[in-house]
Amino acid sequence: MSVSDIDSLIQYLSKLPGLGPRSARRAALYLISNREKLMEPLGAAMASAAENVKNCSRCSNLDTNDPCHICIDPRRDVSVICVVESVADLWALERTASFKGTYHILGGILSPLDGVGPEDLNIRDLIGRAAKENVKEIILATSATVDGKTTAHYITDRLKDCGVKVSELAHGIPVGGELDYLDDGTLSAALKERRST
Amino acid sequence: MNWFDQGIVLSARKYGENSLIVALMTATHGKHSGLVRRGTSKRVRGIYEPGNFVSANWNARLEDHLGIYTCELVASKAALILNDPLLLSGLSSACAVTECAFPEREPHSVFFNNFRKLVASLDSPNWVEHYVFWEIRLLTELGFGLDLSACAATGNSDQLVYVSPKSGKAVSKAVGKPYHHKLLPLPDFLTSDHETADSPSTADLAAGLEMAEYFLKRNIFIHIKGGEPPARTRFVDRLKQLATISSA
Repeated sequence: MSVSDIDSLIQYLSKLPGLGPRSARRAALYLISNREKLMEPLGAAMASAAENVKNCSRCSNLDTNDPCHICIDPRRDVSVICVVESVADLWALERTASFKGTYHILGGILSPLDGVGPEDLNIRDLIGRAAKENVKEIILATSATVDGKTTAHYITDRLKDCGVKVSELAHGIPVGGELDYLDDGTLSAALKERRST
Repeated sequence: MNWFDQGIVLSARKYGENSLIVALMTATHGKHSGLVRRGTSKRVRGIYEPGNFVSANWNARLEDHLGIYTCELVASKAALILNDPLLLSGLSSACAVTECAFPEREPHSVFFNNFRKLVASLDSPNWVEHYVFWEIRLLTELGFGLDLSACAATGNSDQLVYVSPKSGKAVSKAVGKPYHHKLLPLPDFLTSDHETADSPSTADLAAGLEMAEYFLKRNIFIHIKGGEPPARTRFVDRLKQLATISSA
């Protein structure tokens, strides 16, 4: 391994989220010193992922198969679609293991500052799915921010003619949250959305 | 350089992995941007939502540096109206129009007070009316004020139903009739006594926004890349939809 190879490895590693040039140097050194145990399998795994991982044509999830393992799972309820912003949000919901429907990934949210308009998002496919597939409910799981909610309201408007039930995730006090430490916005939203016991 | 001020968050864009560049409309320093370190963290992300009132501390070595903001939340308007599509689009529109209309670091204390009142009134029944007046005041603040008090030709203040697109002055029904296709309609609520008048209809409010839009486009949005902010377009479309539903 020449010096320029090490430099280029450090350069690429420093582009990863959470890594700066110093930590990239440490990671590169660690990889080089564990060449057989880590570096070669990692390189093979990266090459294989780069070649095989693609977007699911139905929900835009990342998988080696198209349609993805979630879309073809017979135990999943295909009449419920959960709309999320990104694959990271899908993974977060999958971690809970409490949602048994299918997903639809928008690929972002409406954000005029970043030049993201409705035509840049995967909304047309969602409307197509709502109209074609036997969908009963669409759950909008966008973030509880101004842009996230604006996107949710926009999608709700577009889905009006599809005759599908549209619901949103609730927002309020998180599990383990103490009132004293919660921000005013969350507390106000929780009070507004209170329910009878 | 170091100052403390009250401000309203206009926008927050991600910078690097966990910082934000936040634009505030401040009481005494005008529209002012600054860097918020670790602004994307779970603990503080909610502070930098558009429309939130904050108490801001700005710090920089030199005056023309971007500087670092440290903000404390005073009131969170966004959280209260997230589930109301019209209110949310109105708030987004007000923030987007303010951000694109004003130059950086130019004090506009009178406008800040108007903006603060508008954001505070967002859950009141006549907030859309406030919004239309707010846009007209914004035009005035930037030097493109409309004169809706008297007819441009006769000086009378009766039956003002048009606005001249050239001068931005009101025109009475009798004078404007031959040129009505060239004039902009002036809804009644913009000329009658604001305190005593009845609540305007949704169609009138939409007409008021359309009139303001003409002057905003001609004087302000024309100089901005991309033209009218999409947030305002969505707000006006939503209001027009409501006007169509209520008139049907």
